[in-house]
Amino acid sequence: MMGGKAVLTGQHFMNGDDACAEGALAAGCRYFGGYPITPSTEIAERLARRLPEVGGVYMQMEDELGSIASILGASAAGARAMTATSGPGFSLMMENLGLGVMLELPCVIVNIQRGSPSTGLPTMAGQSEVMQARWGSHGDYGIVAYAPSSPQEIFDLTILAFNVADRYRVPVIVLGDEVIGHMVERVTIPPADQIPRWERKRPAHPPEFYVHERFKSFRADEDNLVPPLAHAGEGYRVHFTGLTHDEIGYPEMSAETHHELVTRLVNKIRHNAPDIIRTESLYLDDAQIVVISYGCTARSARRAVLDARAAGIPVGLLRLISIWPFPETLIQELAQTAETFIVAEMNLGQIRLEVERCVRRPVRGIHHAGGAMIHPEPILDAIREAAGLR
Amino acid sequence: MAQAIVIDKHPLDDIMRAERMPHIFCPGCGIGIAMRCYAQAVLESGIPERQHIVVSGIGCSGRVAGYMNLDSYHTTHGRGIPFATGIKLANPELMVTVFSGDGDLAAIGGNHLIHAARRNMDLKIICVNNFNYGMTGGQFGPTTPTGAYATTAPYGNREQPFNLPYLLAAAGANYVSRWTTMHVRQITQDILYTFTKPGFTFIEILAACPVGFGKSNRIPDGLEEMKLYRERSVLARDVPLDQLGIDLREERPIYVGNFVNRDVPAYAPVSIDP
Ligand SMILES: Cc1ncc(C[n+]2csc(CCOP(=O)(O)OP(=O)(O)O)c2C)c(N)n1
Ligand code: SF4
Ligand SMILES: [Mg+2]
Repeated sequence: MMGGKAVLTGQHFMNGDDACAEGALAAGCRYFGGYPITPSTEIAERLARRLPEVGGVYMQMEDELGSIASILGASAAGARAMTATSGPGFSLMMENLGLGVMLELPCVIVNIQRGSPSTGLPTMAGQSEVMQARWGSHGDYGIVAYAPSSPQEIFDLTILAFNVADRYRVPVIVLGDEVIGHMVERVTIPPADQIPRWERKRPAHPPEFYVHERFKSFRADEDNLVPPLAHAGEGYRVHFTGLTHDEIGYPEMSAETHHELVTRLVNKIRHNAPDIIRTESLYLDDAQIVVISYGCTARSARRAVLDARAAGIPVGLLRLISIWPFPETLIQELAQTAETFIVAEMNLGQIRLEVERCVRRPVRGIHHAGGAMIHPEPILDAIREAAGLR
Repeated sequence: MAQAIVIDKHPLDDIMRAERMPHIFCPGCGIGIAMRCYAQAVLESGIPERQHIVVSGIGCSGRVAGYMNLDSYHTTHGRGIPFATGIKLANPELMVTVFSGDGDLAAIGGNHLIHAARRNMDLKIICVNNFNYGMTGGQFGPTTPTGAYATTAPYGNREQPFNLPYLLAAAGANYVSRWTTMHVRQITQDILYTFTKPGFTFIEILAACPVGFGKSNRIPDGLEEMKLYRERSVLARDVPLDQLGIDLREERPIYVGNFVNRDVPAYAPVSIDP
C-alpha cells in the first residue's frame, strides 16, 4: 500500500487522519514531533512508518509541550515540520504556539477535535476549539486555521497549510474533527509535480554580505509584512527570542517596539487575508437565507440546503474552509441582500458570535456540544422556519 | 615612559555579540564566567562557528543565548531541550548546545531533561545551578538545598533537592560532570570534550547568585559565595553517585569532577534505504 514515495499519486480509499499524513508528506514535511492522542493518533502512526521511507524524522516526544517546541526547532533549522494532537494536547501547546507566532517560525499544527472541555469525549467528535485556535495563546496575534470537511480536503488543506505557513512565517492550524479524521472516503493524490509549493522568503544575500550590518530576521518587506528567514547553521548569526525584539531579533523592552511588532504580527495576517481565506459558496447569489457551517457539520448543512432548495426555498450555504482569518468582508456583503443567517456548528455558539459581529443582527444557531454529528433535519427545520414555512 | 596597552580586538570578539554589552548579569553573578568558558570552548573547538547553535530557555542563565554571536534561540521556560532536539534532528551536522538554568532545565523543563538523556540525544547541556530562580527574584527551586532560605522559603526549604548528576546518570546521559565557577579551566576543557563526545552530555556549573540565593542566605557577596563553593569542593574519586547531593547545612563536601563517561551510541532516527 505505502511505497517509498513521498507523493502517493493515485486514487485511494483512506481516512482523514491518513490523508492528513499523506498531505504533509506530499507538501514536503520531513519532521513530525508528536505525542499520541485520540482521535489524531493515526496521523502519528502513519508518519512513523512513512517519514523514514522518505528520509524524514518521526519523533515521539514526551508530551505536547515538547512536541511543539521540537517542530519550532526543526522549522528554525529549515525543515517543514508538523505536529498533530487533539484538545488536551492542543491546550498544552498554547504557550509555544505564541512562541511560533513571535519568532515567526512556519509550522503546521493539526488538531483533530474531540468532545471537549477537559478529557471530554476522546473517541467522539467536537468542534469546540474554534476560539482557542484563534485566541488560545496569550496576547494579540494573527493566526491561520483551516477546517476540512472531507478526507480529500484534509489532504489538500494540509498542503495549503504548509504553503501558507512558509509564505507568511506563521504557525498554521488544521482544525479537523473526529468525524473527518476517521471517515473513509476516496482521496485523489495528484502527481508530485502538481503539488503546489510556496516557498519561505529567504535572505537576499549570502551571509558574507552581512559583515558591517547584521542580517535582519525581523525586518519585514512593506508589500506583505513578512521578513526573510535564515535557518540555523547557514551563518547569518541570527538571534531569535520570544521577548519583544527589534528587527535584528534583539530584545528591546520598549512600548513603541512592542506596539510596532505586535501590530505587524496582526496585520501580517489581516492584510494578506484575501490570499489566505478559502470559502465555498453554494446558491448564495440569490439567497435570502444563508447557512454558515464548517468541518464535519458542513456536510449536514449541505444536505439541508440542497433539500430546502429542492423545495423552492431561496437558501444558500457558505462553507468556511478557512476559519481564521474570518471572511468578514464576504459575510458583510451577504448581509446586504440576505435576511436570515443560520450557523450550524458542533459547539454552543463560537462562530455564531463572529457572524453576529459581521451581520449586526441576531443569528440563528444550530448547536450541539459535541459527541454526535448534527443531523441535516434541525438545520432544515431552521431554514423552513426562516422561510415562514412552519 | 609607560605605554598604554590598547587592545583592538579580543579573541572572543567573533564569538560574543559585543554590541549587546553590557550584559544584564548582576555584579558577582556566576553566569558570565560560565558563558565565557562556553565562548572559549567554541573558539577552540575547531568546529566552524556557523555550525555551533546555542539554545536557551528562560531565566538569567537563559539570557546567554542572546550574547553569543552564533545562531541563537531564546525560547520559552523549560523548552530549550525540545526546541534544540528539533534543530538537531532537522540538521544533524550542527553542534547544538543548550545553555540554561537549574530551574529552567530541572523544574519546568525536567521532563524534557530526563527524556532527552534517556534517548541519549546528541545535545550538549550546560546547566548553571545557582540553587534558585534568580531571574524572578530568588525563589527556591528543584536544586535549592534543604534548609536554605529563599524568598518563597522564608522558614527554610522543606524539600529535598535534586542530585543532578545522579538523576542524569540514571536517566541515561553519556557524560555528566560538575564544577564550580572557580574551575574555569576544567569547565572549558569539559565543554571542549563534550563537543567531541556524541550523545547527551550534561555539565552542571555551580554559580553564585548574590542577589537571589546569596542575599537570602546571608552570604555577603558573589565572591564569598564562590569561595564557599570552592572551599567545599572535593574532586570526586569513586564517590557513589547517590552521595553527590549538595547539602549546605553540614560541613559536607561538594563533589566536583566527571561522574559519568560512557559511550552509548547517540540517538539516531530510523533510516531506511529506499
Ligand atoms: C511558563 C513560565 N512560568 C514562569 C516564568 C517566570 N520565570 C522566569 S525565569 C524563572 C526561573 C528561572 O530560574 P533558572 O532557570 O534557575 O534561571 P536563573 O535565573 O536562576 O539563572 C521563572 C520562574 C516564565 N517565564 N514562564
Ligand atoms: S539575579 Fe542572580 S542569577 Fe540573575 S543575574 Fe543576578 S546574580 Fe545572576
Ligand atoms: Mg537558577
